[in-house]
Parts: sequence; C-alpha cells; structure tokens
Amino acid sequence: MAYQFDFQPVFAQGDRLLQGALFTLELTALGMLFGIGLGIVGAVVRAWRIKPFDMLFGVYVELIRNTPFIVQLFFIFFGLPALGLRMNEWQAGALAMVINLGAYSTEIIRAGIEAVPRSQLEAAAALAMSRMETFRHVVLRPALASVWPALSSQVVIVMLGSAVCSQISIEELTFAANFIQSRNFRAFETYLVTTLLYLVMAILIRQLLAWIGQRFVMRRR
Amino acid sequence: MDFTLWDIVRNLLTGLQWTLLLSLVAFICGGMAGLALVFARLSPIQPLRIAARLYIELFQGTPLLMQLFLMFFGLSLLGLEVSAWFAAALALTLFTSAFLAEIWRGCVEAIPQGQWEASSSLAMTRFEQMRHVILPQALRIAVAPTVGFSVQVVKGTAVTSIIGFTELTKTGGMLANATFKPFLVYGLVALGYFVLCYPLSFAARRLERRLNATAA
Repeated sequence: MAYQFDFQPVFAQGDRLLQGALFTLELTALGMLFGIGLGIVGAVVRAWRIKPFDMLFGVYVELIRNTPFIVQLFFIFFGLPALGLRMNEWQAGALAMVINLGAYSTEIIRAGIEAVPRSQLEAAAALAMSRMETFRHVVLRPALASVWPALSSQVVIVMLGSAVCSQISIEELTFAANFIQSRNFRAFETYLVTTLLYLVMAILIRQLLAWIGQRFVMRRR
Repeated sequence: MDFTLWDIVRNLLTGLQWTLLLSLVAFICGGMAGLALVFARLSPIQPLRIAARLYIELFQGTPLLMQLFLMFFGLSLLGLEVSAWFAAALALTLFTSAFLAEIWRGCVEAIPQGQWEASSSLAMTRFEQMRHVILPQALRIAVAPTVGFSVQVVKGTAVTSIIGFTELTKTGGMLANATFKPFLVYGLVALGYFVLCYPLSFAARRLERRLNATAA
C-alpha cells in the first residue's frame, strides 16, 4: 500500500510552527546584532595588531571556526556549569550564536578593513579628521560596505545552524517541529513544512539584509 | 562504573574514526555529484540549468538538520530500512554536492570567455572544451576553496549525532552523561574536531596565498 500523505495535522499546528519561527528569528537577530558588534571589535584589534588582544582574538577565531556549532553549544550549556557559570537554555543559545558569528565576522570584517587603502587614511589626516571620525567614515563604513554580501551569507548560515538549538530544548522552529511530529506521527510531512519555512526565512533574511546594505551601509554620502 | 581519562579518550577516538569516515564518504561522493551538478548548472539546456539551481538553492537555504530528518523519515516512507549511518551519509553527500557545485561554478565562470571561443573555433564539442580547456584551468583556482569547504563538511557531520549516528559528538554526549564530566568531555570533543579541521583551514589559507602570489 502506498503511503498517504496528510498535511492536515501539521497545518492544524500552524500557530506553534509560526511561534517557533518567530523565536528562531529573534535568536538570529540577537546573534546578528551582538555577533557583528563583536566582529567589528575583533576585526579592528586584528587588523591594527593591538597587542596583546590580537593574539587572543586570533586564537578565538581559529577555535570557533574549526569546531562545530553544536559542540560549542553543548560546551556552553553542559560544560560551563561545571565552572559555576550556570545559564538557562536561551542565554546559552544566544551566547553560542553571538560567539560563533563573532568569530566569522571578525575574519570577514578584517578583510574589509585591510582592503582600505593607506592613502585614504592619509587623506583623512590631511583633512584634519579626528581619529574617531576617520574610523567611522573612512575605515568602518567602506569596510562594511565591501564585505556586506559575505556578512549577509554568514548571518543566513547562522540562522540555519540555529536549528540544533532545539537540542538544548530552546523552543525555536525545530523544537516546535519535533514536538508536533511526536504528537501526530507525521514526521515527514512536519519536517517538510518546517524545511520550507526555513527556506522562506532564509530568502527573507537575505532580501532584508540586501535592502539594509543598499539603504544604510553602501549609501554614498 | 568508573571511567579513567584514558577510557574517555579511547571512546572518543573511536567516535572520531566514524566522524572521519563519514566526512570522507560525504566529501568524495558529494564531489562526484557536485561535478555532475556543475555540468547541469552550466548546461545550454535551460530546464537542466533551472533544476540544478533549485537543487542548490534548496540545500543551501535549509538547515542540514532538516535535510537529515527528511532523509531519515522520507526513506523509511518508501519502505526502505534506513540506518542512521546511511541517512547521514546520503544527506551529507547531497549537502556537500550543492555547496561544491556552487564553488566550482564560480571557478569555471572565472575562466575568460576567450578560452571558450578559442576552443569552440577549434571545433571542440562542449564536453571536450570542458575536459581539455576549461576544467584544467578552473581546477587550479578551485583547490583552495574546495579544501576550505572540507572543514564545513567535517563540522557538518556533528549534526548527524541528532539522528543517532554514533560519531564524535554523540559519543561525547554519552560519555558526558556517564561520567558527569561535561566540561572535560566536551572540551576533548571540541579538541578532536579542531585537530581534524585546523590543518585543513591552514592548508586552504596557504594554497590561497600561493595562488594569489603566482597570479600577481
């Protein structure tokens, strides 16, 4: 007998899925905001070789980029309490996402900063711009503009990677899907709908970041 | 039952072997499928091109975990008895093929148009053009990003622990529960991945630098 597909029990739980999707987006937004912030700090420290922090950030970047996100998550959630650092699943998940994206954006933004020609800095000095002004307008803005597409892809990758956060029982989209399929036994249908939801979210985030890039980052002054 | 440090390390090393094996299978099979995809993606036949694009978009735009679940539950709907190992290998192969195809497409498109025109003026068929003119040149620039992506494959295998494949992460989870030493165990697990991935990252960076040096 051929398998009869039945999506009705999945759509009946639509609210739960959408709520999960919303939590995934919130987690991603949080990770993006602080992750890119951390990345900017790390990139400056690395690009300008500010001792001894550049070494520290170098080790941090290599450690994070060469280990899986799920292991980082487990280490933070299960491992750190042994040192007395106890946090709930949301804090652990958000922290893991910030730390993960922070490492990647450090490398991405650093490439952008290093691509700013020296003559630009000299020109800024010639115009008597303060250090802060130079950094904001001559270094950071063009650096972010040149690496914005790479940074956007990384945000999407982190959003998709957040699916494993369900494993420490953060109630995001995958957690909702696991819950629903454990009730209606329609595993394939549930995960198919969830997968498409992720695809839509990935496309939306990509569009949104492209718009933000056009509007705020690459804007000419 | 008491675990000595050596017991923990010994078990983790067994898990590491499975991680390594799964990575190799996914990378090799994914590479072959990826090559076929590049041909489809750059084919003069439009439906083939569109199908390849959709495939790539689907696998790059959805979580690896979902792909694993769909493979695991989908194949059993077809009446196949699927082990976690098989579902993991298949899902990772498809995942890898989509990313490698997109990386390699970029490399092929980086070859100057004149190379295509010159080889077609020599009456080469499309396959001959690819085989003798375009791919040998594209291969040179493809090595560094391909090695770089292999790191993502190794890290991707960690997610297969969720569908119950006993690789390094899963082994770590079981050991952490049995020994009540999660800090030590997950630290060692992370170290295991680092030992596999860092040489690959390092090699990718070196290859890239060498390529830039010869190009300049």
